[in-house]
Amino acid sequence: MSEPSASAGIDLHARQVRRFRLQDMFFHHSTQLFAFVVLASLVGILVSLAIEAWPSLKAFGPAFLWTDVWSVPDDRFGALAAIYGTVTTSVLALLIAVPISFGIALFLTETCPVWLRRPLGTAIELLAGIPSIVYGIWGLFVFAPLFAEYIQPPLQALLGDVPVIGGWFSGPPIGVGILAASIVLALMIIPFIASVMRDVFETVPHVLKESAYGVGCTTWEVVRNIVLPFTRVGVIGGIMLGLGRALGETMAVTFVIGNANRINGSLFAPGTSIASTLANEFGEADPGLHISSLFALGLVLFVITFVVLAISRWLISRSMGSEGL
Amino acid sequence: MPDQAMPAGEKVALEVRNLDFFYGDFKGLSNVNLDIAHKKVTAFIGPSGCGKSTLLRTFNRMYDLYPGQRAEGQILFHGKNLLDRSQDVNLVRARIGMVFQKPTPFPMTIYENIAFGVRLYERMSKSAMDDRVEWALNKAALWSEVKDKLDQSGLSLSGGQQQRLCIARAVAVKPEIVLLDEPTSALDPISTAKIEELINELKSDYTIAIVTHNMQQAARISDYTAFMYLGELIEFNETGTIFMRPGKKQTEDYITGRFG
Repeated sequence: MSEPSASAGIDLHARQVRRFRLQDMFFHHSTQLFAFVVLASLVGILVSLAIEAWPSLKAFGPAFLWTDVWSVPDDRFGALAAIYGTVTTSVLALLIAVPISFGIALFLTETCPVWLRRPLGTAIELLAGIPSIVYGIWGLFVFAPLFAEYIQPPLQALLGDVPVIGGWFSGPPIGVGILAASIVLALMIIPFIASVMRDVFETVPHVLKESAYGVGCTTWEVVRNIVLPFTRVGVIGGIMLGLGRALGETMAVTFVIGNANRINGSLFAPGTSIASTLANEFGEADPGLHISSLFALGLVLFVITFVVLAISRWLISRSMGSEGL
Repeated sequence: MPDQAMPAGEKVALEVRNLDFFYGDFKGLSNVNLDIAHKKVTAFIGPSGCGKSTLLRTFNRMYDLYPGQRAEGQILFHGKNLLDRSQDVNLVRARIGMVFQKPTPFPMTIYENIAFGVRLYERMSKSAMDDRVEWALNKAALWSEVKDKLDQSGLSLSGGQQQRLCIARAVAVKPEIVLLDEPTSALDPISTAKIEELINELKSDYTIAIVTHNMQQAARISDYTAFMYLGELIEFNETGTIFMRPGKKQTEDYITGRFG
């Protein structure tokens, strides 16, 4: 301490440390702030939705959820038709998209010749980048007429008389409807699910696959017994990402679902979804119960998406638990 | 060339003739000729990148998984060329098993790790499968350690146990040949000793080919040793001869630690 130069050195050092600490603190607080912005907007949206939806929820009570009436002149509103349309189209879209995406991802990671890998991968990513409105107009003007002319009649002839499921394929083949919306939705979510699946399939260590091939497995057996169990978490995540997107998709669905606010047992019949009802009616809705009911619909969609997310989290944590990882 | 090592009367499991191997344009192996003796341990030694693992991976056509890799020449197994396109690759791999450098338990229970491969080629009752699993785990000297936790994940075992599980898995399908690609290089000395002991016992039933970085290991456990360098088979002989009276200068330099 007696030597001045040394104490000056320590002083300098201390100043330096103090400056670092200040910088760190600043960094810490600013990132914390950003993170809280997310939380605040989440809560803010939830609260404002709830406030706006309150008159409708008070007027109709929980029956709002299971009432299949949406009548603007009578001022009576129920969400069932929209919920039905949203859930049905999303689930159907998943049923169509998951096997196809799975096939795409497997082909890309396991059997695709090297020269084809990049072009195909890029094409899938481009497909994901097409704006949904483009899917919508394509669905309405190109897909729906073709669907009505070439796909619906044979489908009806094939399955229309089968008990139980026959009813799903009844009614006039007009193109637009629940099934058409599901197929367009499936096309839209395939690139998402496929590219997530491809990415997680690529994380399987080569040596693990080699050891499975080493006991004499075929490619399918390796995929079924090694790749899928190993990547289960990521695959579920990819599917849930697709589902989340399908549930909230607005424009494309609005174009092709037919926008009829009722539930019909047939998948050929026009229907509606929460998002498309909102898009269609918000512009000209009168203040009062109508607007409030639309907000309530928004709240319902929010809750459905939240539940889907929660279920996927739960599935993931459960499967990780059973793996002992 | 092949006659340089194998004493008369030794039964041959694999005959390698004029084998060339290519990674794209790069020649990984050139003109390899040797015989793998039946129910003996053959060790492959040499510096990194000399082609010993590559050679091992031609024996069960593992290179097939990777486009751009190809082998030319002959590897005769029961009189048929393994490299022929017409060979059923899955069947070849069931008869010529492989264990890798890193333990690779499948993401399933210990029991299923063993039963999985067996089930691919054999149909058997639950009790027969139980017996087979116990038999294989016994062969791999692992039964006593895992018999109470067969339904736990294979990943819950220690590294050495995982590697013995992989050996059990390879043995369970009753192959004729077991290929070991540096099976102990990721393990501690005690686990290594256990696996070496195991290899010694396994050779009464199986033909074993092992790649190792560890020359002492090759000297301890093998009957024949092949020294490879830069993609060529430099010398192949009985292990004692290779280590005591190597015929080539390069071999001598390598085993005395002068390079590699």
